[in-house]
Amino acid sequence: MKKYTYTEKKDTRSGFGAGLHEAGKKNENVVALCADLVGSLKMDAFIKDFPERFTQVGIAEANMIGIAAGMTIGGKIPFTGTFANFSTGRVYDQIRQSVAYSNKNVKICASHAGLTLGEDGATHQILEDIGLMKMLPGMVVINPCDYNQTKAATMAIAEYEGPVYLRFGRPVIPVFTDPDQKFEIGKAWMVNEGTDVTIIATGHMVWKAIEAGEKLAELGIDAEIINIHTIKPLDDEAILKSVKKTGCVVTCEEHNKFGGLGESVARLLTTELPTPQEFVATNDTFGESGTPDQLMSKYGLDAVNIVEAVQKVIGRKK
Amino acid sequence: MKHTIKELEDIASQIRRDIVRMVHGCQSGHPGASLGCADFFTALYFEVLNHKTDFTMEGAGEDLFFLSNGHISPVWYSTLAHAGYFDKSELATFRKLDSRLQGHPTTHEHLPGIRIASGSLGQGLSVAIGAALAKKLNGDKSHIFALLGDGELQEGQNWEAAMFAPFNKVDHLIASVDYNGQQIDGPTSKVLALDDLQAKFEAFGWHVINTDGNDMQAIVEGLHYAKTLTGKGKPILNLMSTQMGAGVDYMMGTHKWHGTAPNDEQLAAALAQLPETLGDY
Repeated sequence: MKKYTYTEKKDTRSGFGAGLHEAGKKNENVVALCADLVGSLKMDAFIKDFPERFTQVGIAEANMIGIAAGMTIGGKIPFTGTFANFSTGRVYDQIRQSVAYSNKNVKICASHAGLTLGEDGATHQILEDIGLMKMLPGMVVINPCDYNQTKAATMAIAEYEGPVYLRFGRPVIPVFTDPDQKFEIGKAWMVNEGTDVTIIATGHMVWKAIEAGEKLAELGIDAEIINIHTIKPLDDEAILKSVKKTGCVVTCEEHNKFGGLGESVARLLTTELPTPQEFVATNDTFGESGTPDQLMSKYGLDAVNIVEAVQKVIGRKK
Repeated sequence: MKHTIKELEDIASQIRRDIVRMVHGCQSGHPGASLGCADFFTALYFEVLNHKTDFTMEGAGEDLFFLSNGHISPVWYSTLAHAGYFDKSELATFRKLDSRLQGHPTTHEHLPGIRIASGSLGQGLSVAIGAALAKKLNGDKSHIFALLGDGELQEGQNWEAAMFAPFNKVDHLIASVDYNGQQIDGPTSKVLALDDLQAKFEAFGWHVINTDGNDMQAIVEGLHYAKTLTGKGKPILNLMSTQMGAGVDYMMGTHKWHGTAPNDEQLAAALAQLPETLGDY
């Protein structure tokens, strides 16, 4: 197992804030909109340097999506910012018609996704957003795994023409990816090469997959770990190549197992390479109040759950 | 004036003929409010709007128009065709398979003149505001026009947008409301009353004007007047009274022709009232 270390912990939303600031410096057409959550979305640096390119919409997310769609017509590249729940479910039809169907170059940037939002509870902890967004024709869906990757992803989507859903979170987690990485939309990152099982992880679950990989190594299981940061378009080639080698797969996501990354992988494998698969994901449930760590544990999203899933899926190999 | 009032009325008559023929041709679509807005569209595209028919999505230096109540697509398609955006023969494809003239307007099939999809109601005003903000950032002082249905104002997003625009001094925006008082399930006064729209928009900070949307002279003058009000810190709302079905006697004054196509006999009766002025498609 390749050794991953970290010297600091940071939140992915701060990676977004830093990436937005950089994208703003590089391209004057980058604009930002927010629905009364500037601090939570870490937009302060962008607003300070480019106040005329920032629009405070107030608590009116539907209007925000519509305004963003309209701004693209004048050549702008709008980044909308609010919590993941209010970025997707609340404004699904606005995104569907004014952004996706109209093919507008809007970047829907969503913080506080998943259980790790914590104490605010289920009203704010969306576990369905990946599914909602990936079903929209033409929508790119990205869920980066740490501060550096989120920053790189934010800068990359500014240069991509078309609608994007960028999902990130609230808690501070290890920073373990390269600060100078080049982010390629739709390209998987090989975290660790192995032969016994393929662990495919996205977002906050990537670090947990690394922790699981270390435990599995102690048990004599050589896990291949792949980070799928882009859930759509999926890197079919990387997944098929790995699964051909290992013969089984575990998908890990901070999302409902209905509609998430796991289902995308299952769809691919069912048609191309039928393979035993286990899902580390929430199981058709809402969350609740608690600390992020408590919630990840209670809902089965810890390294130990990945280890169990790996042992189970290896047992299913023919 | 680029045209006389008589010339504009003749254009509107042809557009009305097109509307009933298009809806009859596919036996679906929304003739009522399309007919009611024929005079508005004629005045806008042939007299008021500073636009090029050599279409670009951005429309730099041009006035832009957004239709929020997308179901009145027949009037827009006919207007765009006669204005020169595409050949009028394409009107025959309305709502048919493989057409660029979808039931509701869309950019998806790249029809020149369309900048956003609409149909799911209540979204157009926000989009128009966004386009206005982009023009402002680009130093482009052109105008943004939008048309909203009156029943559509029951959608909450409109009021988010209505609150936003005055506060942010989006003052190159002229939004018109097609105030025909009808919606699918009946008169708006019975379904969910709009009551005093002028007072409501004024309370939100808009400069409200009133026009008769079925009097060509009045609507041309009204839209020109609206332009003179821009750049003064307030968005403009044109509360435009229209008759659903205007120009076809049996369709007027009722919600029943909101989304119903005429049969052969009814088509003949409608066309008899609408002189062919520019040549049918």
